[in-house]
Amino acid sequence: MSAFRLTGLCSCRGVSLKVIESSCNLSRNRRGCLQRPLLNGTRLFSSHSLNSKVPRVPTWEQIPEEQLPPPAVVPADLVDKLERLALVDFRTKEGLACLEKAIRFADQLHLVDTSGVEPMDSVLEDRALYLRNDTETEGDSAEELLKLAKNTVEEYFVAPPGNIPLPKREERTAMLKHSEF
Amino acid sequence: CKAPLINWVSAGDLIRINFSLCVFHLSSSEKLVGVVGLEIHAQISSNSKLFSGSPVCFSAPPNSQVSFFDASLPGTLPVLNRRCVEAAVMTGLALNCTINKKSLFDRKHYFYADLPAGYQITQQRRPVAVDGVLTYSFLGGKKRSQVVRKHVQIKQIQLEQDSGKSLHDDVHSQTLIDLNRAGVGLMELVMEPDMSCGEEAAAAVRELQLILQALGTCQGNMSEGQLRVDANVSVHRPGEPLGVRTEVKNINSIRYLARAIDYEIQRQIGVMQRGGTVHNETRAYDSKSGETIPMRDKEGLQDYRFMPEPNLPPLIVFEDNATLPPGVDSSQVVVVQKIKEGLPELPSVKREHLVQAYGILPEHSFTLVNEEGLMEYFEEVMKATRKEPRKVIGWVMNELLGQLKQQDMSVSQSPISPAALAELLELQETGRVSSSGAKQVFQVMWGSSGKTAEQVIQEQDLGLVSDATQLHNICQKVVDSHPTEVHAIRNGNAKVLNKLMGLVQRELRGKADPVLVMEILKQKTRGGGC
Repeated sequence: MSAFRLTGLCSCRGVSLKVIESSCNLSRNRRGCLQRPLLNGTRLFSSHSLNSKVPRVPTWEQIPEEQLPPPAVVPADLVDKLERLALVDFRTKEGLACLEKAIRFADQLHLVDTSGVEPMDSVLEDRALYLRNDTETEGDSAEELLKLAKNTVEEYFVAPPGNIPLPKREERTAMLKHSEF
Repeated sequence: CKAPLINWVSAGDLIRINFSLCVFHLSSSEKLVGVVGLEIHAQISSNSKLFSGSPVCFSAPPNSQVSFFDASLPGTLPVLNRRCVEAAVMTGLALNCTINKKSLFDRKHYFYADLPAGYQITQQRRPVAVDGVLTYSFLGGKKRSQVVRKHVQIKQIQLEQDSGKSLHDDVHSQTLIDLNRAGVGLMELVMEPDMSCGEEAAAAVRELQLILQALGTCQGNMSEGQLRVDANVSVHRPGEPLGVRTEVKNINSIRYLARAIDYEIQRQIGVMQRGGTVHNETRAYDSKSGETIPMRDKEGLQDYRFMPEPNLPPLIVFEDNATLPPGVDSSQVVVVQKIKEGLPELPSVKREHLVQAYGILPEHSFTLVNEEGLMEYFEEVMKATRKEPRKVIGWVMNELLGQLKQQDMSVSQSPISPAALAELLELQETGRVSSSGAKQVFQVMWGSSGKTAEQVIQEQDLGLVSDATQLHNICQKVVDSHPTEVHAIRNGNAKVLNKLMGLVQRELRGKADPVLVMEILKQKTRGGGC
């Protein structure tokens, strides 16, 4: 499986056409991307006027495997624990392989130099948190919400009793043997 | 290892305890002591929920106060309620916490039917307030009349969402979910394990309840679920590492809190005594049996997979107006200085003021503030009578509170209003009725709601006789018919005067003004006059 690198484009609001052009040149050298008439385009992209952050042409680069850290191993116990916590089913070998590929893809982040850069929680971090006034503005939606549920009893939603523990892995395999997956 | 002997006295109801031990003695010199830490969830008193505009109201029809965000429908986003932030900052300031100028929101993931999103938005990494202290007191000592002051460290105060309510229907093997409560703002107060028994925990929670009610940030009603307390209990020998702790839930009142904790401490000591080990588990308190029962086993340690809440930027609160960024809307900022200036009078300050203003003892002021409505009652009475505060306190503590406690009534249910009591006390001050007579009148007034003191005095004929002539005549009669006693008095035996007084009182059926009678008797028995 080959790895790809996402080139960081400048994060300022207005991405100048010049930058797009130059990055296009870069990729052209490596992969020979499609040539598009940027300045007198016959086709107007809907994102053109909105200063889209999405580059006009792909800007990926291949990363050789040696540069990445050793691949993470996902032991069966961890798979079990994750399935229990997230209620996601990895069950088959394909599922596990998919997970490992996803981890490998994310491993590329190790190559980014973050020295002197504060970690972020989200890209909204520098925005001001909006504070709402303490007034009642909504909430009278009982009918609409109850309509969404298959099963209701006298204006209550119905759920199975308590927390049903996930059956053990062996039992699950037996239970799901006949499912369509 | 050999099992040590244990001698333990149970601590029962906070009011009716005669003697309680916080330390459990063994036959050897080592003592196993309890260690108690509390996790308290206080429902913020606000008009709308923490992240949505749904109303907050107790006992509304099921699912009638649920917005699309509360039901966790896709495409909805949280919007923070400013009042909740102010409430958390106010509470933090009242508990001497450091307010974090920048605090962060996180997601705590777990699956349960009453948590529609599958996660709860809370503040695990950096809460809004940290490192505070709660000072509380209780009446201790041999006669429970000494005010004992203690501290408990507050680790942090964080804002978080409440979950919905689930009603278990075992008959049909289903759970009914009501999301009215889902999304209501909570302040979680985490206390360090500084307490050692149920009495201390109960006193701490009572003090916190009074503080929150004074601030108006939480109504603090435990039975309505506005204040929820979970206790973490373990036992150990002082100096040694802490023992395995259990979490006790389902505690609906302060009284049950003390009992549950003391039961759990005893249970754990019993386990250790038998050479067993205490399991790290969650136990529920059963008020009927007074025991803690294990809840379904927490499958090992829960992993909540905390992650930063991506939909909410950090919460910034500003120290004062000087630090505000220019041109900012005042409805968009929370300023700590402004909240500090607006803090109302806290219970501890109230107690001090009562002692200063009325000259009453600290333990009385403690009880006045502790009992719901008693302080207001006392101040009402004081306004309407000239009687000395210390004497009024005696009436309020002994007669009034004694009756209320005996019949398990609250101050608001008292059949005698402050004005009525003040009237009775005035009548006693002016000599219309003796002090023992007044107590009788009080009892009658208690049983027959609405009757005034004057009415009862007349009906029961308890009014003191102060008519000088009548008194003189009766005294004379008694003196004349008891020459031996008079002789003894003249010879210096003053105690015999009391016997004569008794005789006069018998004549007047106890309605003689004792002060006047004593004067007259002394006069008459002085050498010479006959």
